[in-house]
Amino acid sequence: MIKVALIGAGKMGISHLSILGAHPDVKVVGVADTSKLVTDVLEKYSPFPAFTDYKKMLNETKPDAVFISVPTKYHASMVEEMLQKDLHVFVEKPFCITAEEGEKLMTLAKEKNKINQVGYHNKFIGTFEEVKRLVSKGHLGDIQHFHGEAYGPVVIRKAKETWRSDPKEGGGCLMDYASHVIDLINYLVAPVNKVHGSMLKSIYSNQVDDAVYALLETENRISGVLSVNWSEETYRKMSTGITIMGSEGKIISDASELKIYFKTDKCPDGYSKGWNTRYVTDLTPGVDFYLRGEEYSAQIDYFIAAIKGDIKNGKNSFASAWQTDKVISLIKNKANS
Amino acid sequence: MNRILYGDNQFFAVNHISDEKSRAQSIRFKEDKSILDTIDIARDLGAETFMCTTHDRIYNICDMIRKEPEKYKSFSIYPCMPYAHKYANAVTELGIVDTIKQYVPGNFFGSLFKGGMAVLSKDYLSIMELLIDAEMKMFKNINTPVIFLQNVVTDLLLGLGMKDILKAYHDYVIKKYNAEPGYITMNLPLLLETLESTGIRNPIICASMNKAGFRMSGGKELYEKTLKEKEVRAIAMQVLGGGAIPAREAIEYVCELPNVDSILFGASSKQNIAQTISLIQEFDEKNKRRS
Repeated sequence: MIKVALIGAGKMGISHLSILGAHPDVKVVGVADTSKLVTDVLEKYSPFPAFTDYKKMLNETKPDAVFISVPTKYHASMVEEMLQKDLHVFVEKPFCITAEEGEKLMTLAKEKNKINQVGYHNKFIGTFEEVKRLVSKGHLGDIQHFHGEAYGPVVIRKAKETWRSDPKEGGGCLMDYASHVIDLINYLVAPVNKVHGSMLKSIYSNQVDDAVYALLETENRISGVLSVNWSEETYRKMSTGITIMGSEGKIISDASELKIYFKTDKCPDGYSKGWNTRYVTDLTPGVDFYLRGEEYSAQIDYFIAAIKGDIKNGKNSFASAWQTDKVISLIKNKANS
Repeated sequence: MNRILYGDNQFFAVNHISDEKSRAQSIRFKEDKSILDTIDIARDLGAETFMCTTHDRIYNICDMIRKEPEKYKSFSIYPCMPYAHKYANAVTELGIVDTIKQYVPGNFFGSLFKGGMAVLSKDYLSIMELLIDAEMKMFKNINTPVIFLQNVVTDLLLGLGMKDILKAYHDYVIKKYNAEPGYITMNLPLLLETLESTGIRNPIICASMNKAGFRMSGGKELYEKTLKEKEVRAIAMQVLGGGAIPAREAIEYVCELPNVDSILFGASSKQNIAQTISLIQEFDEKNKRRS
């Protein structure tokens, strides 16, 4: 049994906690949250010991691994503290406020030889995994251009401010929403290393951006467009998609459906010339406990399996999340220049 | 419970395999009248029970139904609460405490907060009861013999090991609404075991059941074994496995499962509704003759 503690039982934290609670290889030894309401409910109704002070929790429960799902501005110091205590760390996305912080942690995790993972769950979705397979095997030929998008109804009116509306705490559409798309572009196409232009627009929020538009270039000189808007009420929930154009064909994929066009008969098994459609239902393996999408359970299974040594710690490591943080900084800098 | 339950995903742009289809659905069902017309088609074809989320738009549907009591006298609704996106978006926007404030009616919650958090500690279950009442308001004077807890809440509580809350939900639905409590889940075997441990016998559980094993957490074999050996009134949903299985094969599979009292399906066109209903009737007839 892997002894796991969780810090921050907000929207993501509580979801991780539920999945961890049902995981056969995990014993949840403690949960820490600064809200008395949350710890009271957990104390009263769940089998997990709850703490308002995470340091006290770590001392008393001696976990092997820790999940950190607190506002982004606390990630850097907290992750460092956990690594110094020789704990494996799963931290929510985005990784850090600045790329410098992320780089330091990436190095430290390597030094300490601890399993490190960031919660970019799209990499565990069947359609995007299939895109990864098709692209990396070269089935699209030379990649020419991409289009990464995400839309959803997070901020659809002027509303009370929370930490998500404070830029210093890591709020805003770029950090919260666009980070997913950037991470996916880095993973599926190639790491982005240039931003030729970007706009951060506020639609309802006072202090943060509600939409991000940018022109990107990857290190192997592929061009692309980023278009993300979290004030989009025509979407029922977050919808993330990517279009990739290559010399041999084109892919349009979101989390549920993958459409791929091949120019010739030279295509992989199961596909043919012209348009092909695959659905996530056929591409996603089942999980032992389902809460809100296979990917949320799968990323935790992956982290636990890596700790047990069953798989290599590769997907969503601090190193890849740091790449994403770097692109976020480039977009911010370009928008402010 | 009726054998055939008509679901609501198609009305609210919930489509598990295509964002494009879900957009087409939200255009098609823009007017509430078009939803009710489709419900009427399903009723005429023999699906007299509508199982639906407590989506805001159901308010209007219920209003229209209340205006014609004679027409809808043998019609019933199985509400499924809560409509989670409403709360999830609100939590992101407002935080947990303000979300509860927004959705719990009256000043009850405000007054609890006045005395500080400590006062609250005994009243979490009352808050849950108030939220249930808030969600049930729209169904006033409509027959709701079974009231469901949505899978995202059921499964969240299940993973958190909060079985007392699952039990409290059960007891409150019986006490306040004189209805049967039901649970929607993606984890039927684990849920059934957990409910049994709280003393609940033969619960109503709605879960994915399909020949492809899609969203049958823990595996299809475990589901089949659970249905065969345990006491449960099961409702099969997602019988087409998200579209992976041809209709005929899909319905044949679920009709043969033991302890599956009802089959829940959603479809927008008269042709698809009619096809599903007639397939269920055909295989039920065949299985009856065989036994």
